[in-house]
Amino acid sequence: MHAMKEVNKSLYTPELEHDSCGIGCVANIDGSKTNAIIQDAIDMLENMEHRGGTGADPETGDGAGIMIQNPHDFLVEECSELGFTLPEIGHYGVGMLFFPTIKSVREECREVLEKFAIELGFKVLGYRKVPVDPNVPGSGAKKVEPIIEQVFLSHSEATFDDLERKLFVLRNYSIHFIGHNVSGNNGDFYIPSLSYKVMIYKGQLRTDQLRPYYYDLQNDKLTSALALVHSRFSTNTFPNWKLAQPFRYIAHNGEINTIRGNVTKMKSKEAIMKSSLFTDDELEKLLPVTDPEHSDSANLDALVEMLTVSGRSLPHVMMMLVPEAWQDNKLMNPERKAFYKYHASIMEPWDGPAALVFSDGKMIGATLDRNGLRPSRFCITKDGRLIIASEAGALPVKPDNVVSKGRMQPGKMLIADLEKRRVVYDEEVKAEISRKQPYGDWIKQHRVKLGTLTSPKLQPMYELHTLPTRQKVFGYTVEDLKVILGPMAVSGIEPVGSMGADTPIAVLSNQSQHISNYFKQLFAQVSNPPIDPIRERMVMSLFTRVGESLNILDETPEHTKQVHISQPVLLDSDLEKFKNLQSIGFDYAVINAQFVADSARGRLEEGLNKICSDAEEAIRNGKTILIISDKKIDADNAPIPSQLSTGAIHQHLVRKNLRTKAGILVEGGDIRETHHFATIIGYGASAINPYLALETIHSMNAKGLLEKEISDEEAFKLYQKAIGYGLLKILSKMGISTLQSYQSAQIFEALGISNRVIDKCFTGTISRIEGLDFDGLAKEVLVRHKAAFAPDTTSPETLEVGGVYQWKHRGEKHLFGPETIHLLQHSTHTNNYEKYKRYAEKINDQTRNALTLRGLLEFRNRAPIPIEEVEPKEEIFKRFATGAMSFGSISHEAHSTLAVAMNRIGAKSNSGEGGEDEVRFVKKPNGDWERSAIKQVASGRFGVTSYYLTNADELQIKMAQGAKPGEGGQLPGHKVDDWIGRVRHSTPGVGLISPPPHHDIYSIEDLAQLIFDLKNANRAARINVKLVSEAGVGTVAAGVSKANADVVLISGSDGGTGASPISSIRHAGLPWELGLAEAHQTLVKNNLRSRITVQTDGQVRTGRDLAIATLLGAEEWGVSTAALVVEGCIMMRKCHLNTCPVGIATQNPELRKLFTGDPDHVVNFFHFLAEDLREIMASLGFRTINEMVGHTEVLRFRNDINHWKYRDLDLTPILYKEFTPSNIGTFKQIEQDHEMDEVLDLALLEMSKPVFMQGSNVKKHFPIKNTNRSVGAILSNEVSKEFKGQGLPDDTIHYLFEGSAGQSFGVFLAPGITFELQGEANDYFGKGLSGGKMIVYPHGNAEFVAKDNIIIGNVAFYGGTKGKAFINGMAGERFAVRNSGVEAVVEGVGDHACEYMTGGYVTVLGPTGKNFGAGMSGGIAYVYDVNGNFDTLCNPGMVSLESLEEEDVVKIKSMIEEHVQLTYSPLAKELLENWSVALSKFIKVMPDDYKAVLQAKKEKIRVAV
Amino acid sequence: MGQKDGFLKFNRELPKSRDAKARIGDFKEIYEEFPVERTKEQAARCMDCGVPFCHNGCPLGNIIPEFNDAVYSEKWDEATRILLSTNNFPEFTGRICPAPCEAGCVLGINKPPVAIEHIEKTIAEQAFEKGYIKPVFPEHRTGNKVAIIGSGPAGLACAQQLNKAGHWVTVFERDDRIGGLLRYGIPDFKLEKWVVERRVEIMNQEGIRFKVNANVGVNVNPKELMEDFHAVVICTGATVPRDLPIPGREARGIHFAMDFLTQQNKVVSGDTISDQIMAKDKHVVVIGGGDTGSDCIGTSHRQGAKSVTQLELLPKPLNQRTHQDPWPLWPMTLRTSSSHEEGGDREWSILTKEFKTNAAGEVQKIKLAHIEWFTNEQSQRTFREVPGSEHEIKCDLALLSIGFLSPERGLLDQLGLAPDGRGNVYTNDYHSNIDKIFAAGDARRGQSLVVWAISEGREAAVAVDKFLTGSSQLESKEVGFMALENDG
Repeated sequence: MHAMKEVNKSLYTPELEHDSCGIGCVANIDGSKTNAIIQDAIDMLENMEHRGGTGADPETGDGAGIMIQNPHDFLVEECSELGFTLPEIGHYGVGMLFFPTIKSVREECREVLEKFAIELGFKVLGYRKVPVDPNVPGSGAKKVEPIIEQVFLSHSEATFDDLERKLFVLRNYSIHFIGHNVSGNNGDFYIPSLSYKVMIYKGQLRTDQLRPYYYDLQNDKLTSALALVHSRFSTNTFPNWKLAQPFRYIAHNGEINTIRGNVTKMKSKEAIMKSSLFTDDELEKLLPVTDPEHSDSANLDALVEMLTVSGRSLPHVMMMLVPEAWQDNKLMNPERKAFYKYHASIMEPWDGPAALVFSDGKMIGATLDRNGLRPSRFCITKDGRLIIASEAGALPVKPDNVVSKGRMQPGKMLIADLEKRRVVYDEEVKAEISRKQPYGDWIKQHRVKLGTLTSPKLQPMYELHTLPTRQKVFGYTVEDLKVILGPMAVSGIEPVGSMGADTPIAVLSNQSQHISNYFKQLFAQVSNPPIDPIRERMVMSLFTRVGESLNILDETPEHTKQVHISQPVLLDSDLEKFKNLQSIGFDYAVINAQFVADSARGRLEEGLNKICSDAEEAIRNGKTILIISDKKIDADNAPIPSQLSTGAIHQHLVRKNLRTKAGILVEGGDIRETHHFATIIGYGASAINPYLALETIHSMNAKGLLEKEISDEEAFKLYQKAIGYGLLKILSKMGISTLQSYQSAQIFEALGISNRVIDKCFTGTISRIEGLDFDGLAKEVLVRHKAAFAPDTTSPETLEVGGVYQWKHRGEKHLFGPETIHLLQHSTHTNNYEKYKRYAEKINDQTRNALTLRGLLEFRNRAPIPIEEVEPKEEIFKRFATGAMSFGSISHEAHSTLAVAMNRIGAKSNSGEGGEDEVRFVKKPNGDWERSAIKQVASGRFGVTSYYLTNADELQIKMAQGAKPGEGGQLPGHKVDDWIGRVRHSTPGVGLISPPPHHDIYSIEDLAQLIFDLKNANRAARINVKLVSEAGVGTVAAGVSKANADVVLISGSDGGTGASPISSIRHAGLPWELGLAEAHQTLVKNNLRSRITVQTDGQVRTGRDLAIATLLGAEEWGVSTAALVVEGCIMMRKCHLNTCPVGIATQNPELRKLFTGDPDHVVNFFHFLAEDLREIMASLGFRTINEMVGHTEVLRFRNDINHWKYRDLDLTPILYKEFTPSNIGTFKQIEQDHEMDEVLDLALLEMSKPVFMQGSNVKKHFPIKNTNRSVGAILSNEVSKEFKGQGLPDDTIHYLFEGSAGQSFGVFLAPGITFELQGEANDYFGKGLSGGKMIVYPHGNAEFVAKDNIIIGNVAFYGGTKGKAFINGMAGERFAVRNSGVEAVVEGVGDHACEYMTGGYVTVLGPTGKNFGAGMSGGIAYVYDVNGNFDTLCNPGMVSLESLEEEDVVKIKSMIEEHVQLTYSPLAKELLENWSVALSKFIKVMPDDYKAVLQAKKEKIRVAV
Repeated sequence: MGQKDGFLKFNRELPKSRDAKARIGDFKEIYEEFPVERTKEQAARCMDCGVPFCHNGCPLGNIIPEFNDAVYSEKWDEATRILLSTNNFPEFTGRICPAPCEAGCVLGINKPPVAIEHIEKTIAEQAFEKGYIKPVFPEHRTGNKVAIIGSGPAGLACAQQLNKAGHWVTVFERDDRIGGLLRYGIPDFKLEKWVVERRVEIMNQEGIRFKVNANVGVNVNPKELMEDFHAVVICTGATVPRDLPIPGREARGIHFAMDFLTQQNKVVSGDTISDQIMAKDKHVVVIGGGDTGSDCIGTSHRQGAKSVTQLELLPKPLNQRTHQDPWPLWPMTLRTSSSHEEGGDREWSILTKEFKTNAAGEVQKIKLAHIEWFTNEQSQRTFREVPGSEHEIKCDLALLSIGFLSPERGLLDQLGLAPDGRGNVYTNDYHSNIDKIFAAGDARRGQSLVVWAISEGREAAVAVDKFLTGSSQLESKEVGFMALENDG
């Protein structure tokens, strides 16, 4: 997909670009061809312009396109004018060609195409220059605009499907050949479509440029029965016409997260392809279809095409590649389940968020992936059309023309078969496909299920007397036992830690490192949502398989002859089972992964070569299971790290096209933590036997060192459970649902590994700063090996201390140790700058022990200036912020002290995600202000009301946090006291969950929407988007800038103050140096830098840190941990226990009394920092921060540190500076255009003047359409400003709307405002409802039955805190997610309704989807169980189903009565008419915690009375 | 960490001392029994800090939170293993250490610190009782021979470590019993001598040879030593006391504290000393406010002194920390030792100006003056006499406990060892200027704590082991086995 493959000089990584989009299709169900279909589709596309993106140049879009059927009559006419005749349809193919602009190159491409056409039996009938208006594309797109022609080909023999296949061969054959052999082509030659059935018009255009650009599309003779459209929002703006969609079979909104694994596996799969429909020669010409250089969508499309043209139906292929969640679905029809189970042996899911529309020219369809996080709405009309689009109302349909409306549900499919002239729903489509073969029987005959095999009689083979030696070889420390294994074995969960990681990254550590420490987990931010592995466990799976894979173009019973395992952690007995399967045809080989431990050079590589050839030989000898083992090591032979041996063998087999022949199991002594499992599976293993971890648990148990009495068996089970959960968490943070597709997907970035190692063992993994070679890795193993086997070991029992999680003399180094903490506190408490300088010196001086990447950098000499010439401290203060720490995670005292201090110096403190007490919005008499200037909007939306948003100078959207990017959080009930409960709008004592994703941000266009919401909610505030450093953060930052954020914060992954899982603190994300530099480089490259302020934070400690951050591209900085230390934090790292002994991270009143922090101390600290920075600025000759930003040439790699580990590091990509013309800004200079000049709210506000001026009520009517977004936000903002938190009396402002409302209708609606909508609405209806009232019902002319039709989109009332809502119709998925106070009546909901709800009432009068009430800790839901199956749909994790009590009956009745009154709902009327019958079907959904708290309250009152 | 909020539930508690009046009747340890169950509660107060300042404050690097946890869960074997991994002699430090760890304890910021020293002692005694501390024999012998001169805490620690590493170790002690300062410097009421003997016996069994009355440079030829041994470690301590050169110093009845204490220790051990320096029925004046001074006070009480007065030049410390010595620095606060509890007077900001004698040349009075401390123009702290404050007090026995200057030069000169700027043995990583000779303890670092001496002995052993074999598997304080060496 990337025209420019550049040398890796900078940190920018083109493979990591993202795009996502709006999609849609329209079809005449009866197959009749009309021009209207095409025009309708384009109208629809244009109405989704806000889902597309534009770059620095607003005229250059990210891409738009349309697929239509072959407009035969039109083409016949056009061609005859050109002087050639077209045969009948089905007898010729038409190709859209993008030719390079250089004539000689173009003609060479044409020659090749024609030559190959003839070679394949085609006749070239002629060409047609596609007429375009060259003035339409923006300047960026214009630069690379291709020459677009159509070619017409007929074949001597083939027609229809045969012809289609030949055209496919020709297209791939010529593109491959031209790509490799025509110089000057640079990948420009491209064929959007070559088919007898369809044609695709697309380009790097905005949606409203598509029609003006292509004259054909304006021609009313152009007809089609179907049309499929796509608008693209990309994180980059590099011109590229090919990346526009639709592709040949699909248009995709989403992201395939597992693409690398999918494509790697395809290489081996393609190698064994055979087809009855293609000759071997043809196959050779058309392969490969997938290509690691292409985008995820392009690869998915290519595979869909390959599988479809080779014989499967298109819906069958979609089911295979994007299966719904089947593993744990007990309600699924067995035949369908068998289909999925069978195909799991053939193909791993292409996993990631995906809304897909697809067409083969004869049918059209849509499907959603198992998570269903992309919106997709459909409508069937009386005039026989099927309309599917990302938004309802994108193609307006008169209410009386609607037959039915609906939304695509997770994992479901819908097709319109134009030949059969009917719409076919999921159930029927899939039933037909599932019955085609006896998949169930095939599985029964051939598949082996590990769990059902009897365990071999096996005495555990523990050798406890050699255990310490082996533990030492594999680098076990006391901490591994005490912090990791012990807790896992007794509790089954991952251990939690606090306060981030201030230890060096692996390549800078002078302690022997586990190889996995060099690999950082990637995570989703913005471009796709992480998953909640606990509450949405139902869509996830740890299923994995071992064995040979067969030809994917075929299906036979033998395809399923594999061993299936339900999870990948094998006990010793499980591994033994694998060794006993020869009799049924699974033969295994053990590969001994070791190398000679004589310290000679090249030994490790030698060992790797040997195991690769051993593995290859084993496969050639027919083994289908390879067991990589390090059990045989001894004093002379050291173990090859399991990740390295697995990666090497996997890649070797891929290169040899043998990978599909066998499964890989690993028996490794170095595997104990979740991250170890993740890396080894991520690089190719199917399952793992962590024998030494198990033996260690056994030995701890035997010695009584486990915290509980427990049997070994149980302890192992809990350990398996902990690892399993940990793996789900790692998958989920990338938005991946299944382990099967995670396997070998390489979702990591290497940090400090040489490219030689990467190329051999981890091919394709991003690794940007070079680092250790094989001999270096060997040294790390050998130091442990030597210590373990040393003959004179004097204390054989004692393991090393570790020192990673706790500071230790002998252990890992930390930035904050006893000395630095003391100096920082002492200097700031006594206002002693000299002492501060000593502190700073200690932190900065990393000559002997490097701790950070910036520690390896130094300033070049530059002409100094007198310090007086440097801008004053006050200018610098404005650029400081403290980090987001919530009231709740830290005490009021600690929180407000920071706020007061920051307000005193004109800097900004951050509310964190816990809301803020309104009393803090008012200044104190002495001028101090406890108001946090930055108000955070995180996934939990606690306390996010219109009034809260109004009281801010900056609104920060937390996409991720450094300590645990991609994860949610949890505030345990015991920390939620009355005060915190009030501020968070929740019930004291009830635990609160922050979901992993923002449920209104599943993609970049969603983020743009939230930015728009917030900007409307407070026009004076800057909008800040917080990201965490990782490979690709630059492209995300570019997307964020295009989405109109004012500030982007690049957080280092090592930062963090509160509690997080230990594995996340250590293994996810990168230090800020890399992310910041990448973001700055990418923003400058795209000319987006001048529109956005760049901020960074994460372990920032001194003026030198600030100077380096500035030189790498940040003009603002955040400081958190150091500020807390100034307040008295002594790095207990026990924030999660509520026992902070200095009163900071605790809500215990006794401990809070011990808080000794003082705003003065904090002010002193920031004075020191600013002064320190000014001194450096003076020495470097910079007068202002603005002139300093991005001057990387002032930095260089220090030459006075010479540890062998750092020697091969290459930091030049961090310091890379591209030539920038003077008109490209390199710091924030231009304000973003938030495009708010024409929002509907301006009219709403104008009309509400009487309310503000005279205090009277208003009632008005407005028409509305889907492009009217965030309606109500500005109005609410003004109400909050004027009338504070309590707002206006009910119904003071009553507005009636008619039409299809756009996204975020009624967002943050303030008290006293009523929105009544006649029609329908899109996603985020009533988001953050802050006290207003919302009413919606179908248009009066509509004839469809309201209760059966979808009327509002997904994620309605997300984070609502107060207010009422009445919905006469069904809502989409995730209704009332994180609701904490809204009372709503609705007539049906999709999956995951009331998820994470903490308060309010929801009454559902109709059917619900699955996973109702997951993570619901408060509030009450009443469900009218119309189908009698609600108990199977509800997630019982935190709630119980109860019958109604008296007070419930009263509540429901009053809600329904109001519903009838406001919406005239026939359903509700009916219920009231048969009230006693209706009542019997109501079920009460009651959160267990909530109930306990209410009960306790009642008790209290009773006692008091 | 066994209990996350133990520090909120339990207060600091230590074993009670026996009644002062009763205990000055003997030289036995002053503490009463303390139930193990309550020690467990004390261990539960440990917060297992992310940055354990105690572990940092301990010169040995004792891994305090870990052994506290083991004590809490009553894993005495585990606690012993952890403790012994950094400390050869917890039975000593558990009794007589001033516990810099407790000064650093994070709990000490706003509550009394964890009773670390008491826990350490308990672990040690439990370990002996349960048999966890027993002779450890090296798996093989290297054949190297090492001589250690001096059997104080540094010499003993060094000896035990080197023996563990498989070297043959001989310890030379010039006195008649093994233990150095532990044996004769510290009174029995603080450290009963069976504790030292118990340890020496174990070391004997481990194969270490002890030679008493072997005064190298006097009755042992240093040259022969250099020929017979592959390495020599100087652990002779810093035994030259600081004198007080004022008028009347030559009078009888004025002694160095160490002479006084040594004699009493010998007597307690059953020796008879003729002309023992006795405090009985005397007005005793102890000059110097440190720990040795305290020991003199306790000993004087037990000998039956008529009165005991302690004089200190420095001003009286405050009861709390000031911003000069905030946590986790060593607190310069008023310390009251068990000997102080037993009686006597203490005076601060006192300058001792002159000893006055009777005709027999015996000391009778001391002339004193009050002083006041101030900061002079060069920003130095200095003092001046308070005009008119001169006065005299009675004194029949004056004990000088105002510190030690350096090691004795005799042997060091014979061996040709270069001194450092303060007269101690110059070393580079414990290695002196002479090829085979190493030094550790007070002889190297100057007057210091027992816990530092043990630490020095351990670290010197690592250096000696590396010198002899090229590498060492002995634990050192700062560098673990997983540390990667930088080969350039």
